[in-house]
Amino acid sequence: MKFGVIVFPGSNCDHDAYYAVAHNLAQRAEFIWHSDTSLGGVDAVILPGGFAYGDYLRCGAIAKFSPVMRAVREFAASGGPVLGICNGFQILVEAGLLPGALIRNRGLKFICRQVHLRAVTRDSIFTSAIQPGQVLRLPIAHGEGCYYADDRTLDQLEAEDRVLFRYLDNPNGSLRDIAGVLNRERNVMGMMPHPERASDPLMGSDDGLAIFRSVLNAMPVSA
Amino acid sequence: MTVAITPELVQQHQLTPDEYAKIVAILGREPSYTELGIFSVMWSEHCSYKSSRIHLKKLPTRGKLVVQGPGENAGIIDIGSGYVIAFKIESHNHPSFIEPFQGAATGSGGILRDIFTMGAYPIAVLDSLSFGRLDDPQTGARNRRILSGVVAGIAHYGNCFGVPTIGGECRFEPCYDGNPLVNVFALGVCRKEEIFYARAAGVGNPVIYVGARTGRDGIHGASMASAEFTEESKQKRPNVQVGDPFMEKLLLEACLEAMRTGAIVGIQDMGAAGLTCSTCEMGSRGEVGIEIELDRVPQRATGMTPYEIMLSESQERMLLVAEKGRENEVFAVFRKWGLEAAEIGVVTGDGKLRVRHHGEIVAEIPNRELADEAPVYDRPVAPLPDLPLEPGPWPHPADLQNDLLRLLAAPDVCSKRWIWEQYDYQVRTNTIAGPERCDAAILRIKETGSSIAITLDGNGRYCRLSPRQGAMLAVAEACRNLSTVGARPVAATNCLNFGNPERPEIMAQLVEAIEGMAEACRFFDTPITGGNVSLYNETLGEGIYPTPVMGIVGLLKTEAPVTIPFKNPGRSVVLVGGLGDSDETCFGGTEYAKEILRGLWGLPPALDLEYEQRVHSAIRRIIGDELAESAHDLSDGGLAVALAECSFGPGEIGAQVDLSSDLRPEILLFHEAPSRILISTAHPAQVAAIAAKYEIEAPVIGVTMEKGLEIRQRTVTLGAWEIAALKSTYDHALETHLA
Repeated sequence: MKFGVIVFPGSNCDHDAYYAVAHNLAQRAEFIWHSDTSLGGVDAVILPGGFAYGDYLRCGAIAKFSPVMRAVREFAASGGPVLGICNGFQILVEAGLLPGALIRNRGLKFICRQVHLRAVTRDSIFTSAIQPGQVLRLPIAHGEGCYYADDRTLDQLEAEDRVLFRYLDNPNGSLRDIAGVLNRERNVMGMMPHPERASDPLMGSDDGLAIFRSVLNAMPVSA
Repeated sequence: MTVAITPELVQQHQLTPDEYAKIVAILGREPSYTELGIFSVMWSEHCSYKSSRIHLKKLPTRGKLVVQGPGENAGIIDIGSGYVIAFKIESHNHPSFIEPFQGAATGSGGILRDIFTMGAYPIAVLDSLSFGRLDDPQTGARNRRILSGVVAGIAHYGNCFGVPTIGGECRFEPCYDGNPLVNVFALGVCRKEEIFYARAAGVGNPVIYVGARTGRDGIHGASMASAEFTEESKQKRPNVQVGDPFMEKLLLEACLEAMRTGAIVGIQDMGAAGLTCSTCEMGSRGEVGIEIELDRVPQRATGMTPYEIMLSESQERMLLVAEKGRENEVFAVFRKWGLEAAEIGVVTGDGKLRVRHHGEIVAEIPNRELADEAPVYDRPVAPLPDLPLEPGPWPHPADLQNDLLRLLAAPDVCSKRWIWEQYDYQVRTNTIAGPERCDAAILRIKETGSSIAITLDGNGRYCRLSPRQGAMLAVAEACRNLSTVGARPVAATNCLNFGNPERPEIMAQLVEAIEGMAEACRFFDTPITGGNVSLYNETLGEGIYPTPVMGIVGLLKTEAPVTIPFKNPGRSVVLVGGLGDSDETCFGGTEYAKEILRGLWGLPPALDLEYEQRVHSAIRRIIGDELAESAHDLSDGGLAVALAECSFGPGEIGAQVDLSSDLRPEILLFHEAPSRILISTAHPAQVAAIAAKYEIEAPVIGVTMEKGLEIRQRTVTLGAWEIAALKSTYDHALETHLA
């Protein structure tokens, strides 16, 4: 299959996401420039981490107006898998493709650390390759990763089984320990931890590869 | 507007009457106000190295792998497979005292530009930080604020830019109360044939400006960095620049893409002394002239004078020379990245820097004289007043049980997690060993399939006792750190932080340190490919300890690292290099002397270079043969602290050791003799064979165990500790100091 990695000005995990799917997962991948208006026939889209547009104003607030986001919206509406990692999650939330908001970490500091996660839902194309009960070790690296939403939204996320990951050792004050969520149609996900940084045992963990592998497994025909 | 050049004005520009006379001789006339400003920044200590230049020549700069030595924006080393690494360390001490966050942020920005200016993609940052005491009743609050601000500034810039900050060091002494040290090291990688140099060439080629607009910020930053701090220094806050890491990230991507067009002839960042430095240095290196029209320089403020435009240190700006006729290829790349670029001038054949403003010539100076013929001083040296050779009051017997806890809680020794967790140390997914995992940081180079190891080392206390010996110990420790992770040290960069060179005893420290460093770097075959000198690190006449910081790089295979903690119980604990020797005199620079005895006296630990090198060879062999399960060199706090640190793994595996030594117990446990590395191994016989081959001691001093750390001396128990208590102290001490 072919992954597309969106490059906004200020994206800085674009190469890492590319390397994880192209090298560690051995699939095709290409970069998509933020001013492109088409995704060019990719099977899944990754919005990578970084500081799109410097994260000025608010994380993701400017990136959501990028020309490529219209194509991402259309791709999502047509059921294509969309993964927002870290800054990508923040952009998807700002763009309204995912509910809630990401606010400053409880400790008000940037945190780079290995955390432990549990996949909450079994019903997603992003977690099918994760073993039931498996604890994932993934790194976080963010200053504004505290997941926030009103109680009604949180209740709804839980009722609809749309919480993708929860922290076992909540590092940033995220409400209900939420580390990742799904949209209602279950084809758009966002998560603050970095699976692309945990796709190679040499980097300390390859637990993150299961997330990309799940997307691969969900492809109807292996392209 | 014509400004009269008076002796007072010359003095305000920190130029001596003799220097001014030299300027008049070079020009054959009196300089204009703009020219005076240009000379003052280029001939400042910061830009011209006028006090250190004759001594820096003593440093070894050549080697088999050296592609580029000092004189460019960064040194370059060949790492094989067609790739090179570019690296350098720089200080941003003065700005970081005046405005910690922006001072440190722009320090990171400056050194990163130095790296990508050479065509290399930055892949690593490390920092060496020195602060005043955190708990001092008078200065503690300010020192804590400076530390928090500096760390946040480095984090902000590096994290956003997308370069991992993978290691470093941090120390605390009263002498840094009014003068913190912020030394930032950066390293990048590129293909050997894609190196770019900061040289102008080709008469008629366009000179292009790209990046942020020029504002009034940072005017005279280089001169500020060349003066002592006084009460008035607080008014110099406008001299500190403001950094924009997002702009820098765009500049990085755009410059590297523009370089790939093949249309760029030479490129240099605008750092200290801004447009002045980049134009005259590029012209001088290429032996050409450069003529620019300031009206075409993108400006942030209106009504800027030529003086202000030429001296501004606004950040995130680059100057490049393109091939005539191919300008549009370059402009197209910058447009793609949303960057402002402007053709501001042309390369000429007359060797002069000619600056026009509204068409009028406002400065016309020969490039070579301006860039390379700054006055050079052989400043007088005078012996340092000696510190006492013998210790002060020393209570007996020592409370060893408690002393280890106190040392693990000392700010110099304790975990710096509070600092490095604020740094993204993983971005670009190359970090094999980040902060505090091994004695050196390790990065894989995806392009070559091999890895590099990097470490920064400095020790102001040792250097205060003996600058020569202290500098040698810093080099030895850096090479030991690299060897402990299995890397072969290949090249170095240095940051020389000293006080006012016009004081003979400070100058003596500088000369001694350079000579010691030169000897050790020559011995370990780690040529110095570039670096930075930061002088005038004084506040109100109080100088810092001489603090040379070494950054050394090593090469190794890409594989899972041998980390610090013990992994399994029942393994032999071997002290490669032996227990070492010390006495009261050589104990005076140790952490124990500082924290427990509250003194500084005597001499640094003794160093035998030949023995040290054999230890390095042996440990590289032990690591290479996969005989060690853990490895950690002994440094601050000596053997006892190293044993504790090795016990802080996830399994909290400790050790029981019994030391065959007649040294006094506190000296035995806490002395800091070099040439020692603690390993745990399942293969003690093979380790012993390697030690024998290299003719070094490597006694088995004990065995790892599930619970606790116990240290005996000839069967007498000196101390026994619960690991959890030691670890908790070590982990949380810095937070406690900062609270």
